[in-house]
Amino acid sequence: MSSTVTTPETSPGSAPAPSFGNNLKASRSALPSGDRVFEGLVAGAAGVIPLLAAAMLLLLAVASWTCFQEQGFGFFTTQDWDPVKEHFGMLAFAYGTLASSAIALLTAGPIGVGIALAITEFTKPKYREIAAWVVETLSAIPSVIFGLWGMFVMAPFMRAHIEPLLVHIPGPFFREAGTGLSLLTAGLVVGIMILPTVMAVCREVFNAIPISMRESALALGSTRWEAVRLAVLAPSTPGIIGALILGMGRALGETMAVTMVIGNRAEISTNLLAPSDSLASAIANQFAEAASPGHLSALAALGFVLFLITMLLNMAARLLVWAVANRVRH
Amino acid sequence: MAENLFKVDVKRARIDRLMRGLCWAGLAVALVPLLSLLFMVITRGWHRLDLDFFMHLPRPVGIPGGGMSNALVGSIELVAIASVIGMPIGVLAGIFLAEYGDNRFAKTVRFYADVLSGVPSIVTGIFAYQLVVKPMHGFSGLAGGFALSLMMIPLIARITEEVVRLVPTGLREAALALGVPRWRSIVSVVVRTAMSGIATGLLLAATRVASETAPLLFTAFNNQFWPSGLNQPTASLTVQIFTYAISPYQEWQDVAWTGALVLLMMVLLASLASRLTVSKNRQIQL
Amino acid sequence: MMTPLKKAGLAAALLVGFASQMSALSLNGAGSTFIYPLASKWFYSYQQDKGVEINYQSIGSGAGIQQLQSQTVDFGATDAFMTEEQMSAVQGGVIHLPATMGAVAVVYNVAGVDTGLKLDGSTLSKIFLGTISNWNDPAIAALNSGVSLPDLKITVVHRADGSGTTSIFTDYLTKVSTAWATTAGHSTAIKWPAGVGAKGNEAVAGVVRQVNGAIGYVEFAYAIQTKMAYAKLKNKAGAYIDPSMDSVSKAAEGALRRMPEDFRVSFTNASGEESYPICGFTWFLVPAKIADHAKGQALVDFLNWSMDEGQKMAPSLNYAALPDSLVEKVKAKIATIQF
Repeated sequence: MSSTVTTPETSPGSAPAPSFGNNLKASRSALPSGDRVFEGLVAGAAGVIPLLAAAMLLLLAVASWTCFQEQGFGFFTTQDWDPVKEHFGMLAFAYGTLASSAIALLTAGPIGVGIALAITEFTKPKYREIAAWVVETLSAIPSVIFGLWGMFVMAPFMRAHIEPLLVHIPGPFFREAGTGLSLLTAGLVVGIMILPTVMAVCREVFNAIPISMRESALALGSTRWEAVRLAVLAPSTPGIIGALILGMGRALGETMAVTMVIGNRAEISTNLLAPSDSLASAIANQFAEAASPGHLSALAALGFVLFLITMLLNMAARLLVWAVANRVRH
Repeated sequence: MAENLFKVDVKRARIDRLMRGLCWAGLAVALVPLLSLLFMVITRGWHRLDLDFFMHLPRPVGIPGGGMSNALVGSIELVAIASVIGMPIGVLAGIFLAEYGDNRFAKTVRFYADVLSGVPSIVTGIFAYQLVVKPMHGFSGLAGGFALSLMMIPLIARITEEVVRLVPTGLREAALALGVPRWRSIVSVVVRTAMSGIATGLLLAATRVASETAPLLFTAFNNQFWPSGLNQPTASLTVQIFTYAISPYQEWQDVAWTGALVLLMMVLLASLASRLTVSKNRQIQL
Repeated sequence: MMTPLKKAGLAAALLVGFASQMSALSLNGAGSTFIYPLASKWFYSYQQDKGVEINYQSIGSGAGIQQLQSQTVDFGATDAFMTEEQMSAVQGGVIHLPATMGAVAVVYNVAGVDTGLKLDGSTLSKIFLGTISNWNDPAIAALNSGVSLPDLKITVVHRADGSGTTSIFTDYLTKVSTAWATTAGHSTAIKWPAGVGAKGNEAVAGVVRQVNGAIGYVEFAYAIQTKMAYAKLKNKAGAYIDPSMDSVSKAAEGALRRMPEDFRVSFTNASGEESYPICGFTWFLVPAKIADHAKGQALVDFLNWSMDEGQKMAPSLNYAALPDSLVEKVKAKIATIQF
């Protein structure tokens, strides 16, 4: 981004008076080509992204082909996953991925927004950076450490203290206590992991709203919370959804931590306390040891399914944002 | 009349206190696992935090004094390679989305950026394996850095976009009104203003990939020794931690926890340094 | 965008990255996690002794085979020998060389029950099939008169990830139970009829230790290191045997008699009075023809070293040393590697 012009203290574009005509000519011809180059540069960089996505999808599709041929449409409708008999189905894993991500978002969403608010709105400025820094350290912790913590601290805690309480809740979700390695534990651990992402993005969004907005609300006699609700939350809704989308992305793909606490049982059950398994976890667990082409292809097919699910959910989220934005614009 | 007004105020005041309390409760809830984790990492990792850890290569069971010197440098190396590839592309893509982003192409880019950030890290690793490792017939630091950069790009692009978008239009218009070429106004004014937000995004992405394990398993592989070049298997903290943590030997597990502690410390320091050096010129009051 | 700190880090990293260790040769190997502790001792000692760096990573037996087929590593290591189909995918052919032997222990955690609970193949498979679901089941009690078994649900813990340990364990169950053979079968990863999965030996051990009434299977080294209770298993001859290096060696002796020329054999449920029924080899997988002469020489030198010096290091890490007669055969095979 170096410029052909000038010393720092002159404002961009201004020219010393004497050669006015020359400089005008120079800057005029510089305008289009400089802009064109820049536009090309950034567009090219942006183009890398769909290119990557297409390449990955292609790779997954090619690798899954054998599996789709051998299993047929049944791959999408059966829970059965039997590497010995070479009979594969993705349903149980897809359920696990969706259910654990849903739990993660339900936990991280409200809490992340709440923390971002607490930090940006209700804290004295001098403490804000420290508070943000503290929560952001959560994002620095390796997935595998979260997994180990989940396995050695969270799961036993769930088994000993939380599950006995939850089984009293009527309904299909908490039917029977388990070992602590469960869908619920996995969802909660992932929720904690995506918290910093959700919080950091929300924080940026909230910070960008000029103080004058909040001040006007307060001047009209609102309480602190009402000022926040009107001046900050309402206009930030698309940004918050964006934060949740980023968080959801990470939740869907989280591998290491999930695989250590989810119980690794390819079986669909409404009981959240029962062990389950997820697409990413299955791939990570079995890829290393899968030596038969059929098994490897089935794992690639799981990756393909995950890719598709991610695309579908993103589309749905976008529709949601569009709907919210349209409702707001009256 | 006056009492009615007062009643409404009390109710609103209660809601106000409740909601603010909930927000603080949220912070407390987030702190509990963080503190529990930190406690675990510190108490378990503390014993082996010695000079040997930083100076020595890994040693087998029964031989004391093993360390993760190569893994430490390896992790920095891999993140550096990833950053060199991923940061420019990510930031430029983010600028594109924010500044030139009202067309169908941009919508497609945005969509796929979100999709890519949801790809499990192991799939990214396998992709990088097919693209780099197989043709090269060998594992390498380059492949590992490449795999990590794939994870950085969508994240940086989206965060950069969000942040650059937030720069008030008035600023852009002011720059253009002065006769500044569009590209220059973006670079010198808009991006400059959004700098601290972009830096946050870069840091988030760097720390995120620094703590990844799965994409490195089949790209950088790991190395018990010093790599003789970027085209050789490279050790990393995360893979080494993972290998040791799931072993049955107390001495290896101790080193694994120390590795986790050191990784955490490195990231905290990077985060702190980044906050201190980037100037805070973002709150534009209009 | 790059803070000074990061720039310095990058510079330092690049510097180190390019600074060569000045060692002449380095080899890369991948595969079995089972052998990893022993292998890391071998490679460390070998480097100290001869200066050759051999970098081995335990990414899993199947992955080791994959990498060998893709020619991204110089050798592999596996707990389950390759099939004909897999072998044909390695250019130039592949040789299996037994490196060491190990046992799989059945660990459990039942309050009030000490180590040494007696189990036989039939009961064990029923437990893992889920048909026996309580510790005070008559089948278990029948084998253990004098032990008071509580009324406690059995929680089966198995491996979530594919593994050679699973392969050996399920190979045994397939041999001793037709029900198991027809339902689950044997492989590095199977569809488990019952129980939860944990990732890695450590996790299985961890879960078993935490859950009262849990039963699982781990590498013998884990059971010893973590001082867990493990079962005495009934072997083919009818005796109840503890896992130990001794009982593994005895089992291997039985296998020696019918050892095929390419060493691809399983010896679970081996005959012999003192044999432990669940054990297996870990093999090194080496290309039959190695293109790079220097690498080939280095690899062959190491393999011979592993048969001499290497075997002496095995017992201290709870691995069984190969019997001498087997070592002779392996060395003869090593001599056939072309480079």
